[in-house]
Amino acid sequence: MQPTNTKDPEYYHKVVDCQYACPAHTPVPEYIRLIAAEKYTEAYIVNWESNVFPGVLGRTCDRPCEPACRRVRVEEEPVAICRLKRVAADNKGDLSHYIPQGPFPSNGKKIALIGGGPASLTVARDLAPLGYEIHLFDEQPAGGGMMRTQIPSFRLPISVLEEEVGFILNMGIHTQFLTYVDSLKSVLEKDYDVVFVGTGAPRGRNLDIPGRDEAAAHIHIGIDWLQSVAFEHTASIGKNVIVLGGGNTAMDCCRTARRLGGENVKVLVRSPFKEMKASPWEKEDAMHEDIPILDNHVPVSFVLENGTLTGMMFEIVHAVYDSNGKRSLVPTGEPHVFIPADDVLIAIGQENSFPWIERDLGMEFDKWDMPVVDEKTYQSTIPKVFFGGDAAFGPKNIITAVAQAHQAAISIDLYCKESVLTERPHPMVNLVSQKMGIHEWSYDSMVTIDQRFVVPQADKKLTLCNRKMEVELGFDVATAWKEAERCLNCDIQTVFREPLCIECDACVDICPTSCITFTTNGTEAELRSRLKAPALTLSQDLLVSDVLPTKRVMVKDEDVCLHCGLCAERCPTAAWDMQLFSYNTAKAGA
Amino acid sequence: MSFLRPKFRHPHLPTNELGYTTTEYEGSLSTLCAGCGHDSISAAIVQACFEMNIEPHKVAKLSGIGCSSKTPAYFLGNSHGFNTVHGRMPSVATGANLANRDLIYLGVSGDGDTASIGMGQFVHAVRRNLNMVYIVMNNGCYGLTKGQDSATADRGSKSKAGSVNPFESIDLCGLALELGASFVGQSFSGDKEQLIPLIKAAMSHKGFAFVNVISPCVTFNNNVGSTKSYDYVRQHMEATATVDFVPMMTEITASYEQGSDATISMHDGTLLHLHKLADGWDPSDKLSAIHALQHARNEAKVLTGLIYYSADGHELHDVLNSSERPLNSLRQEELCPGVAKLEEINKGLR
Ligand SMILES: Cc1cc2nc3c(=O)[nH]c(=O)nc-3n(C[C@H](O)[C@H](O)[C@H](O)COP(=O)(O)OP(=O)(O)OC[C@H]3O[C@@H](n4cnc5c(N)ncnc54)[C@H](O)[C@@H]3O)c2cc1C
Ligand SMILES: Cc1ncc(C[n+]2csc(CCOP(=O)(O)OP(=O)(O)O)c2C)c(N)n1
Ligand code: SF4
Ligand code: SF4
Ligand code: SF4
Ligand SMILES: [Mg+2]
Repeated sequence: MQPTNTKDPEYYHKVVDCQYACPAHTPVPEYIRLIAAEKYTEAYIVNWESNVFPGVLGRTCDRPCEPACRRVRVEEEPVAICRLKRVAADNKGDLSHYIPQGPFPSNGKKIALIGGGPASLTVARDLAPLGYEIHLFDEQPAGGGMMRTQIPSFRLPISVLEEEVGFILNMGIHTQFLTYVDSLKSVLEKDYDVVFVGTGAPRGRNLDIPGRDEAAAHIHIGIDWLQSVAFEHTASIGKNVIVLGGGNTAMDCCRTARRLGGENVKVLVRSPFKEMKASPWEKEDAMHEDIPILDNHVPVSFVLENGTLTGMMFEIVHAVYDSNGKRSLVPTGEPHVFIPADDVLIAIGQENSFPWIERDLGMEFDKWDMPVVDEKTYQSTIPKVFFGGDAAFGPKNIITAVAQAHQAAISIDLYCKESVLTERPHPMVNLVSQKMGIHEWSYDSMVTIDQRFVVPQADKKLTLCNRKMEVELGFDVATAWKEAERCLNCDIQTVFREPLCIECDACVDICPTSCITFTTNGTEAELRSRLKAPALTLSQDLLVSDVLPTKRVMVKDEDVCLHCGLCAERCPTAAWDMQLFSYNTAKAGA
Repeated sequence: MSFLRPKFRHPHLPTNELGYTTTEYEGSLSTLCAGCGHDSISAAIVQACFEMNIEPHKVAKLSGIGCSSKTPAYFLGNSHGFNTVHGRMPSVATGANLANRDLIYLGVSGDGDTASIGMGQFVHAVRRNLNMVYIVMNNGCYGLTKGQDSATADRGSKSKAGSVNPFESIDLCGLALELGASFVGQSFSGDKEQLIPLIKAAMSHKGFAFVNVISPCVTFNNNVGSTKSYDYVRQHMEATATVDFVPMMTEITASYEQGSDATISMHDGTLLHLHKLADGWDPSDKLSAIHALQHARNEAKVLTGLIYYSADGHELHDVLNSSERPLNSLRQEELCPGVAKLEEINKGLR
């Protein structure tokens, strides 16, 4: 193999598994160390810089970082990254010195944001301090998008949302709520330099099976129903409720139904339990609230008696996989099953819809009738119209909407400066030794064997009778400290400097997880098989040195390195050093 | 400063026939200087015991005093151990071995511990062919007491402070050969590929197996002008042969050049395969071994690998005709066979 080019920031970036997996590349280990140091305000700001909604995300994020966490490969459970973020938000102090406060000197450019969800709000936050005049339109009475209309208050208290939406709107954003934009043409005709579309994926999928129309009064589209609960138009539901679907929307529907009078709430899903789209923790929370999840049930019809809904018929299936692993759901032949219900909530997916974009404006749409949007720049085929969030590439989640919006904001800024959109600003990176003394590091290099701590929940008896009462109580600071200590500090890199190495083997002998081998060079596949322990995780890189005096190379498998610093402590010549790698994605204006 | 080694290990560590990983053969975290050769030898011992499927409780580690003699704390944490007084390890090893011949005796010593204060003890363990492995971690100085020249420091070798050693050095391998050691090897802490098979062979050997390992003291004897530094040893190493240790019942698959290889079968059925043999050297011929050592010395080379091996296998227990069973397993009936037996013995003496 060629010696690894560690000058390329992407090499060390990839070693920081959580940060790399986060769509917004939030510097996770950095804020976890701040939490351990009880610097909650600073920890909050590190988050706020990257992901804009730390309080919201600390409760609701889909947390792609957690399955990526090194701890999963070393023991089993990831660090509770998401819930630590909430600790920072819960305990933060005065932020006024950190958050840019307007009024900002104008740069003469004017931007319209259509939709007021996390995508548009992120664009607003990134661009307002640069002097852009920002006008935000949303048909809802307040900002937040689906964070307000969909995510139930028992998961996300409204006060938390209001605070973080407020930080942005207080930057002098011109808001026009209760304003549905019904024509892009009319917006384009105004004097905006740029239009950003952050309208989400607002349409819930319907289920057209027999009985649908006749029983319509007791059949609700999940996201519409959740929205009407959020705005207090709906306050009750029947005792027996069926929720159709296996995603997180289904989980929110069933748990909300339990709080509005549903005593006997069941989730019915077509796929096997294991393959449901909902996150494991959402399923757990639903089942904890006495909601059975019946898998392998395909809806056949709505059943009515004397014109009113009495329940639904289901066909039982099982999953069969072909040689390519493609799944089909095959009926088992068992008789259909009747499940009684007073109300049915359909939560089987969302779609984008752009009825308000005229098709004769010159904007290109693809074969699914979705606008063509560039995956890097988020520009549509009308140069001054940009997309981001669920509106760009279909429904995802908040953190993805934020990450996309950061990129769209960069593009908008480049566009307004008449720069080339494809020449993106580079991330800010730095590499600094953490050595404080012969064997002293500026970070806590000890590796704890504590297992993941559980976030306490409020008593079910209380939460089930109050839709607005938050279920999770969050970590107390003492537990938060212990959980924070589980972090392996993957951003503190093991940096190898071959000219200093005397090949004494001390690092090889001490490394607890057998990461380091000195051997003759070879191809990657071959090296992976003959290291001290086989390097089987192909997604994890090998760090390969230049040729050493004994004609061997040093090969380090990054896979299960604990960042414990022992290699550097035992190295007599400081050929190994522990260096903090910081990586901050560029923001607009950088 | 870390006082503990993290508990986590690589999830795909190989296991041996006992189902153990190397973890079961580790000791506590070393307190030696970073980069000390002794730590590498400890790691080689761990690896050798792992590969030989040795049950840790079947090993007794013995040592004297010195940085080298501290190392038994850093390997085989599940084995028996006796950290004796300075230079007195051979006596304790002899006593323990006579009391219980079922254990594998692994003595670890330093050049000071062996060639200075312990010389009088060492030579007798050799000449008695005590069944043990005796490893000297040889750094040419008294590391623990801050690097004074030891008796194995080569004449002309320069200390860190700049003084040149005026005295002739003791060649421990030559001495062991002279006194009848039945297995003599020499190696370098920085060459595990050679050291591990050599330790394995020494552990398979019946009788006194001596392994002298050059082990740089990074703190006091790794300077320019020292003949025990990493650089010097790497530049002056010369191997008698490449050593391959073949476990019992394993078919030999490697092919070796005609005329330059030899296979030794050890007492326990394992095989030691040597290839690329040095010119004129035969591992079972003492004269050629002495010659090879002297020759290397004249050329200012460090001769490494297996140096001498005798298949004789007549160790101390055989000489003394002592109890085959550990003394602790002998019951009262056996130790005190009764009046009738006493009568019989007395009759024989009349
Ligand atoms: C039930 C449910 C639960 C969810 N839970 C989570 C969760 O726990 N964690 C997570 O990360 N994600 C969750 N999501 C997904 C997440 O809410 C979205 O991915 C995210 O809000 C998308 O942000 P956005 O800014 O692209 O759009 P949205 O948040 O959808 O905001 C779009 C806004 O635009 C407005 N709008 C649309 N069209 C127009 C128009 N023509 N004129 C004016 N205004 C318009 C809408 O009213 C809305 O306020 C959930 C989604 C649902 C449905
Ligand atoms: C009876 C006695 N005399 C002297 C000492 C002091 N002493 C401690 S270690 C040592 C020399 C150790 O040298 P060596 O065996 O080469 O070990 P190293 O530290 O070099 O590995 C001496 C002289 C002692 N501990 N006990
Ligand atoms: S920091 Fe060094 S010693 Fe620790 S696990 Fe990583 S490579 Fe091994
Ligand atoms: S401990 Fe340092 S000098 Fe020794 S082999 Fe490792 S990197 Fe090289
Ligand atoms: S003083 Fe020398 S022998 Fe002792 S631990 Fe340090 S390097 Fe090793
Ligand atoms: Mg010594």
